[in-house]
Amino acid sequence: MIELDGLTKRFGNKLAVDHLSFRVRPGMVTGFLGPNGAGKSTTMRMMLDLDNPTSGSVRIDGRRYRDLQEPLTHIGALLDAKSMHGGRSAYNNLLCLAQSNRIPASRVSHVLDTVGLSAVANKKSKGFSLGMGQRLGIAAALLGDPEILMFDEPVNGLDPEGIHWIRNLMKALAAEGRTIFVSSHLMSEMALTADHLVVIGQGRLLADTSMADFIHENSRSYVRVRSPERERLRDLLHAEGIVAVDSADGTLEIDGGAPERVGELAAEHRLVLHELSSQRASLEDAFMQMTAGTVEYHAHSEQDGAQPPPVGPHWGDTWNSGTDPGTGTGTGTGPGTGTDTGTGSGSGDTTKGA
Amino acid sequence: MTTPATPPSPPYPAPASGSPASVPTGEPVPAVPVRTPGLGDAVAAEWTKIRSVRSTMWTLGVMVLLLLGVGLLTAVTLRVAESDLGGEPVLSLGFFGVLLGSICVITLGVLTMASEYSTGLIRTTLAACPGRGRVLIAKSIVFFLLSFTVTTVTAGIVGVLQTAILDAESPSGGEWLRVTVGVGLYVALLGLLSMALGTIVQHSAGAITIMIAVVLLPLVMAMFMFTPTLTSVRQALFEYSIPSQLAALYDTAMTLPGPSGWESVAIIAGVTAVAMCGAFFSLDRRDV
Repeated sequence: MIELDGLTKRFGNKLAVDHLSFRVRPGMVTGFLGPNGAGKSTTMRMMLDLDNPTSGSVRIDGRRYRDLQEPLTHIGALLDAKSMHGGRSAYNNLLCLAQSNRIPASRVSHVLDTVGLSAVANKKSKGFSLGMGQRLGIAAALLGDPEILMFDEPVNGLDPEGIHWIRNLMKALAAEGRTIFVSSHLMSEMALTADHLVVIGQGRLLADTSMADFIHENSRSYVRVRSPERERLRDLLHAEGIVAVDSADGTLEIDGGAPERVGELAAEHRLVLHELSSQRASLEDAFMQMTAGTVEYHAHSEQDGAQPPPVGPHWGDTWNSGTDPGTGTGTGTGPGTGTDTGTGSGSGDTTKGA
Repeated sequence: MTTPATPPSPPYPAPASGSPASVPTGEPVPAVPVRTPGLGDAVAAEWTKIRSVRSTMWTLGVMVLLLLGVGLLTAVTLRVAESDLGGEPVLSLGFFGVLLGSICVITLGVLTMASEYSTGLIRTTLAACPGRGRVLIAKSIVFFLLSFTVTTVTAGIVGVLQTAILDAESPSGGEWLRVTVGVGLYVALLGLLSMALGTIVQHSAGAITIMIAVVLLPLVMAMFMFTPTLTSVRQALFEYSIPSQLAALYDTAMTLPGPSGWESVAIIAGVTAVAMCGAFFSLDRRDV
């Protein structure tokens, strides 16, 4: 159990973390989600007592981190893959950590085995690929067999098999009753692993909800129809009591409609359709909308970098409406439809022609 | 005690493939023992760190070569030229080697701490050992003992060989003590000072540059102080510059009426103690 209470971190004028209070509970994977620069890593560093909070506190199983006698046996953390000395072998990198926490050296070989690095145990870690470095960092986190595990962007640099492995590892560790806290900026990745979600943007807590609730509230499904005879189609649907809304790209959207019914209607009236598909607004869209006002680094260049990004709609205000031009048209991942690479696949069953 | 009862580690799912030898042993590894780690464990960890990087071997290896090479070369040259020492004690021939070699110890001292920052290892280190003072003390102990031992032993060997090559009168016990233990202490303390600076600056190249300036600058500055009004400053810079302090241990004619041998050691010990306090506060207060 990790408890954050009013955790705040200020760097000069910039409020990196703004009164964060939440709990990370055991027995589940808690996803820590936010755009780049939202304060995820700063929060995690404060949890490990690496950064001093401006105010507020973090308790690990009710105690301050500094009061933990052998911290690695309570909490293991993967902060970033480069937190090792490249000139040292993988084995020695872990051995010195083990020694400082009175962990038997046999445990080093065991965790290297667990992450699949036994063959390169005596190789210098600077020759490691990003994925291997990530595995070494995970081995370090597992070293003390801790009850709490923290992973900062663990899938970065991993190949699809590695991603699959780390997902299963986190789930297995949570199933053993451990507390798993994992940060990511990919909603699709979290949808596949996390049981609970903590979303932050610009250091503020935006959501603290279970994954199931999040999916339930955000997976809006609708039918998209495109036809050269749009007006006729709309009237036809209207006559049947089906409400169709014009979308930005000239298609019609029917909330919660059945594509079969629309197809049958069109066939009955010999109406040409260019597209008929069932769509699902992706969780990624919901996440992006939630954090839209808080994204720190926008891709487009702004002349006045000092100006803070405009504050967008508040959490929950708009993400369910579906009228925002930024959403509703995506063919992103629904829950459980993502591929192993986490890039997602379209979930629409597209039928073309009439 | 503090550790909760930890169940034997279960075999985690192995990586799917791609990495050879990825099958876990499946044997339960003994649970983490219930003992409070102390300074001894931190020292063991730091010893593993310092012996498992190349820079230790390189810096100390080069230092040993410099001490031996420069020391023996001067002795052999004198022997071949059949010139006498001009009243200088025979052991003073070791001075130049040690002066050059101290740069290596400075480098190692800086790297011992600063490399943790440059690699990002410092986060891992401090997450494993949140008592930052303990990390600093453990590093200091390991580094000090290692550089003291290597310097003292090498300086002793060089002294013995020089005395033998030149067939010189045997130096007194006090002289021997100063050029072995005294020099070892001085150089190791200079290394600790570098380590403290590396902790404060957190940057290898920066800290090494500053330390070399600390060693050389007072002498160089003194050379250019021609103004009569600065005579006393100039004199102090000459006498208390690090090369002069080191030379004092050898009791050569170069030695000015500044500190005598053991006073040099006391001075560097004082300076290092102050720097170490600064390093502790820097490490303890700052974010990493």
